[in-house]
Amino acid sequence: MSKTRYSGFKVLKEALTGHKGWKPTWRDAEPKAGGYDVVIVGGGGHGLATAFYLAKNHGITNVAVVEKGWIGGGNVGRNTTIIRSNYLLPGNEPFYEFSMKLWENLEQDLNYNAMVSQRGIMNLIHSDAQRDAFIRRGNGMLFADAGCEFIEAKEVKERYPFLDMDNPRFPIKAALAQPRGGTVRHDAVAWGYARGASDLGVDIIQNCEVTGFNIENGKCLGVQTTKGEIKAGRVGVCVAGSSGRVMAKAGIKLPIESHVLQAFVTEGLKPVMDNVITFGAGHFYCSQSDKGGLVFGGDIDGYNTYAQRGNLPVVEDVCSGGMAIMPMIGRARLLRMWGGVMDMSMDGSPFIDSTEIDELFFNGGWCYGGFKATPASGYCYAHLLATNSPHEVATAYKLDRFRRGAMIDEKGVGAQPNLH
Amino acid sequence: MIINHPLLGPRDSEEFVYLGAADLINRPNNWEQDASAEDFYQYQYIRENIAGDHRELWYHEQGDQSWLVVTRNTLSHEIINVELAQDVSRGIGRGK
Repeated sequence: MSKTRYSGFKVLKEALTGHKGWKPTWRDAEPKAGGYDVVIVGGGGHGLATAFYLAKNHGITNVAVVEKGWIGGGNVGRNTTIIRSNYLLPGNEPFYEFSMKLWENLEQDLNYNAMVSQRGIMNLIHSDAQRDAFIRRGNGMLFADAGCEFIEAKEVKERYPFLDMDNPRFPIKAALAQPRGGTVRHDAVAWGYARGASDLGVDIIQNCEVTGFNIENGKCLGVQTTKGEIKAGRVGVCVAGSSGRVMAKAGIKLPIESHVLQAFVTEGLKPVMDNVITFGAGHFYCSQSDKGGLVFGGDIDGYNTYAQRGNLPVVEDVCSGGMAIMPMIGRARLLRMWGGVMDMSMDGSPFIDSTEIDELFFNGGWCYGGFKATPASGYCYAHLLATNSPHEVATAYKLDRFRRGAMIDEKGVGAQPNLH
Repeated sequence: MIINHPLLGPRDSEEFVYLGAADLINRPNNWEQDASAEDFYQYQYIRENIAGDHRELWYHEQGDQSWLVVTRNTLSHEIINVELAQDVSRGIGRGK
């Protein structure tokens, strides 16, 4: 167990004493024979955050997080690290703004440097219709206290001279910015939450794949794993990307398709971009990492898949999007590319809900917006698991909302997951 | 991915538009009955989301405009079988 408080003083002290005092950041545990009050399936950002907030906010510390591989090896390690709360609809915006507020205090809460950088995010605008839509969105953000700024073309050009302002198809007319948006060191989020949860007594069990659920008379009593049976008072599944596969073991079908989203990073460059720029019309978004690489991504590949890799047509599509809006990117060489599997839901919004099986709960359907939601997802899921009622900012994330016609469809494209 | 079109031979998947699972062929026929609301809900929103061999609908937009039922492995992207959707549809007693 770590229980070491990190500080500048500690770094200095260790530097002078040969770095012999550092302990493992979290405790690697094996399943307890007696079982747990809560078992969380999935040791990603959301699962670890859930465990942390269960212990911290609700005093429930007899908790295990079971993870098939190693913690943080799924989508929390495979995203483009962007955080923002620039949503429109009332079911979403308060939730994402709640998440943004948790990001702002995350490092103090966890005593862990997650490199939260509120460098700002800027969405480019190319037409009158888009300007209207973004002003409407901006008003939605102001209602939720998220803050936003409308930036005229002249200022966009001054700040980012490398943008192709006069692109014939997508000339840049203005931008909507959220100055509080930015990026976070993604792996550190998983490690920070793991450390925080572990220090409060949570067992983190790696290399432990859930192979089935023990369900009797419509009640979930625990999970079967590759490390044996684990009894649980309550089970919270939190495996976005693999939700279909895991929930099928409990006989539950979901309003979700699994799709792959690819992301890219160039070789390290000198500082050129001090914020996140999104070119929504061309499906391209980009930021510069602290190592100097331009981190960018685009659209999902568009077909059902559980493979953590995509195909070349989308690589070409994303790169041509980048070339269209910031031609200078053509001078940079691509260093790495990777794919992550997304739970694409039928309206583009997530689920944090109970299921038809007692004591079995579900968190998923994050589409490609799961990373920014990590703190609020964990906070609200912990609230649900502890109290059996949804947190006030997550009341809309019900699994039965399609049956009731209560979709949260930001884009308004309907039940076509590959368009969200 | 190369889709081996039954009429046109091997074609790049880029020529196609993906719709979703081939179950979407089975649109409920009971829309006049009260029970149809639940059937349409299941049809429209709930997916098997299979990890493995998945039957799915692809539309040859930049080709002959045909709909295909492609059986493709969602773990490896290997394409196992390609049929014309109209043949599949007729085979289960739908369409003309």
